[in-house]
Amino acid sequence: MATITGSTGHDLPHHGGGGHGHDHDVSYLHPKGGFFAIVWDWMTTVDHKKIGVMYLVAVLFMFFLGGVAALAVRLELFTPTVIDTSTNQVISGQWLNIGESWADGNNTYNRIFTLHGVIMVFLFIVPSIPASLGNFLLPLMIGAKDVAFPRLNLASWYVYLFGTIFGIVSIIQGGVDTGWTFYTPYSTMTDAEHWRVVWMITAAFILGFSSIFTGLNFVVTVHKLRAPGMGWFDMPLFVWGIYATAIIQVLATPVIGITLLLLLFERLFHIGIFDPRLGGDPVLFQHFFWFYSHPVVYVMILPGFAIISEIVTTHARKNIFGYRAVAFSSIAIAGIAFIVWGHHMFASQGEVASAIFSALTFLVAIPTAVKVFNWTATLYKGSIAFTAPMLYALGFLFTFSIGGLTGLFLGCLATDLHLHDTYFIVAHFHYVMMGGTVIAMIGGLHHWWPKMFGKMYNEFWAKVGFFLVFVGFNLTFFPQFILGTQGMPRRYASYLEQYTFLHQLSTVGSWVLALGLFTHLFVFVQSLVAGRKAPPNPWGSLTLEWTHAASPPIEHNFHHEPIVTHGPYPYDDVLPAQTRPGEFILPDPLPAGKKAH
Amino acid sequence: MATIDLGHAATHQRPDDPSLPPYKRYRAAAHYRDRDHEFDAVKMGVWLFLATEILLFSGFFVGYAVMRMLHPEAFRAGSHHLDWQWGLTNTVVLLVSSYTVACAVRNAQLGQQKLLKTNILITMACGFVFLAIKFIFEYSKKYREGLLPGWFYSYPAAGDPYEPMWWGIYWGATGIHALHVTVGIGLFMWLFSGALRQKYGPEHYTAVEGVGLYWHIVDIVWIFLFPMLYLIH
Repeated sequence: MATITGSTGHDLPHHGGGGHGHDHDVSYLHPKGGFFAIVWDWMTTVDHKKIGVMYLVAVLFMFFLGGVAALAVRLELFTPTVIDTSTNQVISGQWLNIGESWADGNNTYNRIFTLHGVIMVFLFIVPSIPASLGNFLLPLMIGAKDVAFPRLNLASWYVYLFGTIFGIVSIIQGGVDTGWTFYTPYSTMTDAEHWRVVWMITAAFILGFSSIFTGLNFVVTVHKLRAPGMGWFDMPLFVWGIYATAIIQVLATPVIGITLLLLLFERLFHIGIFDPRLGGDPVLFQHFFWFYSHPVVYVMILPGFAIISEIVTTHARKNIFGYRAVAFSSIAIAGIAFIVWGHHMFASQGEVASAIFSALTFLVAIPTAVKVFNWTATLYKGSIAFTAPMLYALGFLFTFSIGGLTGLFLGCLATDLHLHDTYFIVAHFHYVMMGGTVIAMIGGLHHWWPKMFGKMYNEFWAKVGFFLVFVGFNLTFFPQFILGTQGMPRRYASYLEQYTFLHQLSTVGSWVLALGLFTHLFVFVQSLVAGRKAPPNPWGSLTLEWTHAASPPIEHNFHHEPIVTHGPYPYDDVLPAQTRPGEFILPDPLPAGKKAH
Repeated sequence: MATIDLGHAATHQRPDDPSLPPYKRYRAAAHYRDRDHEFDAVKMGVWLFLATEILLFSGFFVGYAVMRMLHPEAFRAGSHHLDWQWGLTNTVVLLVSSYTVACAVRNAQLGQQKLLKTNILITMACGFVFLAIKFIFEYSKKYREGLLPGWFYSYPAAGDPYEPMWWGIYWGATGIHALHVTVGIGLFMWLFSGALRQKYGPEHYTAVEGVGLYWHIVDIVWIFLFPMLYLIH
């Protein structure tokens, strides 16, 4: 039967022809001329790989900024603020006070945690995996030369940059204290003499378009640009995850667009639809807001799921357990995402609505659990290599499961009313967003690092980094579950004496976590500077980006358009000797006529 | 074969003969197999974009429904200020333009260059007529009377204390729609300049098709806005 390599004959003469040995064979990272030429080349590139790398740099920088804000928040909470009740002067324990009075300090705290939320949600985690790894890998994994609309892809990055500028303007003018959710009527009244809230809302509005562009691009790419022979169920599960994400991006983001636009009208013209004084309904804003912002939490987590499927199969050398179940569960999550937004409003909407939303919320657990069970079953009797990516995948199973299961507590009406707006919520969504998405992203970055930059990373220090991140993360957020059940409310700059120990554990945890993340930064920089050259397929993976593309890939990804003859994970059908790490093109791994998944 | 194919042949089989009109020489981008492949992908992209447009306007429709339920009197009072005759006229103008843009797509498919240009021009003109009616006979009048959104509302005899909210929705929804019409006019200018250079024909009419679809959505949104704002009393 056909070898995996081959040409369909559709290649343009000047784009095909492996072995010609001219400039189409060079890596996409190969510098084109002098410094300014290189900068110009990157700034005007329509290559999905370069745009993916540009997005990666941008989102990691934002992660750093948001992380600094988080450390500041944790620092403030290291000790409770002690004030002299007769004069309202701070005696001790207010770490962030850049103003004069106690209130100034609290104000600073509010602005910093809002900054943390806005940066992490809009600038980091929404674009994080899809726009960086997704952009880089999606075309490679389906055997395409690029995404469907390369210029729209570049536009997406510039729109992201443009939106960021508005955010920075807002921050320079003093930042906002609305929380990332911009709840009305507070967001339409606070700082009435300033424009900074308007700039921040504008920033979020503009950033939505970059998300839509990316999502739209990916949906069309998956539908139209799969290599010959690649059916829907031959796609790697990473592609399924990114596809489900992209659907949500396209269908949910316009709603936040109009919501923020109406919020701007509300703030600038006071049209009144969200303002109770003018006859409006602030809960309507919450409905609008969460109609986007609940689906968008799946924009954050589905790409994390997508990465884990690739890591567990490759590093355990096992076919995925229940391919279709994992694939469809992504789509199911994307669908359910749109009907559960009301669970953010159990305390503000009617009882019947709350009961319905509560019931629907429990549905999310089903496809999510399918995934977790299937990954675990994949590991069973696998040949597990404890590489850094695999450690991250295992860490993900642990932390994400905690995040997911505590979500069920919160989906339950009676429990939720007790835990509403406490640190339990904070811990829950950090276990999902950080313990899920960020952990998966770091694992994915290590997994694909050799492919993206052609260099191996230092496995030892990467493992040290994992250890620090894992311990630091749990130390930061696990105490917050306990704080929450004990009644510690979120968004306060200080707390009662009795919570001091757990808050201090959490703050110390944040330092360990930061140390772990800097270790990874060191690992990546060290790899770029002095890393060993990566072979095309260091993990012996069987998906196209490893078997058919160089490390780093050539500009047009493949010498020939690949013809796909098997599913993404036929590890069970391949002799270990055939997939020795480091081999480039595999011999045909399957008996004739057999199509495995 | 190369000169009469309808775009089904792979791109590299087509001669790069400079005597051929540009639409026959069109080559798909390098990451597509051929022009059909590219056409399908672009068309799907446009449809997805249209879905986002509908979701964008859905905010106004939902907002309208909820607020109308809360303050029916305010909405009735506000709606009385609108002249349904101008609204109807604009509906007819947009329906005509939707017909002409559909004709333009057909002209491009059949290679009728002259009709293509004519239909693009008529559609564009309809866009201008729509905006002219909107601005000259509606917006400026409302502006002078002080029938403005929210805090800018200064009409002396408000029918209901919550009427300013109605004007917020009216100006917001029709304003965003007018913005879409303006963008559409820009797109038709771009199409016209392409048509002058014979860029669209049976082998390649992706842009005409895409802009046409966009214009239909602009029309459809208005068809919902018109009864919602002008007719329901």
